[in-house]
Amino acid sequence: MSLKAFHVVFITASVLLAFGFGWFELSRYQDTRDTVDLWLGCGSSGAGIGLVAYGIYFLKKLKNISYL
Amino acid sequence: MEIPYTVKPRPDTGLYNAKLGIWLFLASEVMLFGGLFSAYILLRVGADLWPHGMLSIPIGTFNTFVLIFSSVTIVMSWASLKLGKLADFKLYMALTIACAFGFLGVKSYEYYVKFTHYDLWFKDDATAQKYFVAAYGEKGEADVRKHFVERFHLQNTKATYDPHEVQLVGHIEGNPLCTTLKRLAKEKQDKILFTPDPKFGSHDHPKAIEIPLSDVKRLSAYVPAHSTFFAIYFTITALHGLHVLGGALVLCYFLFTADKWWKKAPEQFANRIEVGGLFWHFVDLVWIFLFPIIYLL
Repeated sequence: MSLKAFHVVFITASVLLAFGFGWFELSRYQDTRDTVDLWLGCGSSGAGIGLVAYGIYFLKKLKNISYL
Repeated sequence: MEIPYTVKPRPDTGLYNAKLGIWLFLASEVMLFGGLFSAYILLRVGADLWPHGMLSIPIGTFNTFVLIFSSVTIVMSWASLKLGKLADFKLYMALTIACAFGFLGVKSYEYYVKFTHYDLWFKDDATAQKYFVAAYGEKGEADVRKHFVERFHLQNTKATYDPHEVQLVGHIEGNPLCTTLKRLAKEKQDKILFTPDPKFGSHDHPKAIEIPLSDVKRLSAYVPAHSTFFAIYFTITALHGLHVLGGALVLCYFLFTADKWWKKAPEQFANRIEVGGLFWHFVDLVWIFLFPIIYLL
């Protein structure tokens, strides 16, 4: 597996973490009403969207490099 | 004699030497961290009480995104070499190294905060109650118990707890690192000035109280000996931190010898960066699993 393939796996895991953490923090915000939780929830969900966009850009940019 | 397959892949495996080597090494690393993750799960399911909220989520989140960013920059440094842009490679590699040392700096700060934060257990109930009231006022005992219930999420479980285990949490005057009752006795101290943490749901620290050490049954900073939680937390995160440090040193070597390697063997150099990048991604992936189980759950 090349660095390109491992990077795709890593970014996929990061996207899942970003959305999962965003959901976790926003659920917590409903109980605590702490603005830190709100910021972390929104920030993490936004980072998840950014990572998806980056993943697409990355795949397009390195399309000539092998996955092996 | 020239070593074969340092640049071109071996026909039967489809891999050059270093890539095969790093994957064998990463397989052993998966077993090492896999063993520790299993230990964490077994310790946790076997524990009567497991603390929550002991670590700062904003700091952990910041460090997580630092590592994610460093993975992006290391891939960019490798891609720059593939495109023949050495200057870009140097920039991205320097950013990766800065992220690595930034991560370690933040982690060191987290460790320092833990090493100067203390739990105090008193010799009996009456003594404990006296200090709970001194710290938090008339309803002091209820406040300390609320803190205890929140720490162990007892409102969500059927677990019971020993009321004698309820402790006072805070800082010792002068912020000594990892001190113990034995060490304080050796220094001929017979009392400490203790600033309790704010009440649950508040940010205001109560006034410091003077506590004779003869009233204290146990005193512990948040070190591995404090509890099973901190033992496994420090074991896994310190081992991970050593991997980050080791990786950062290797990446520094690549950065500082880049000119020489680029002139001598550019393709082999790009392969070395790919191998370094694979290790770096592995270290970051371990953190992606570590962050939710240790900081959030």
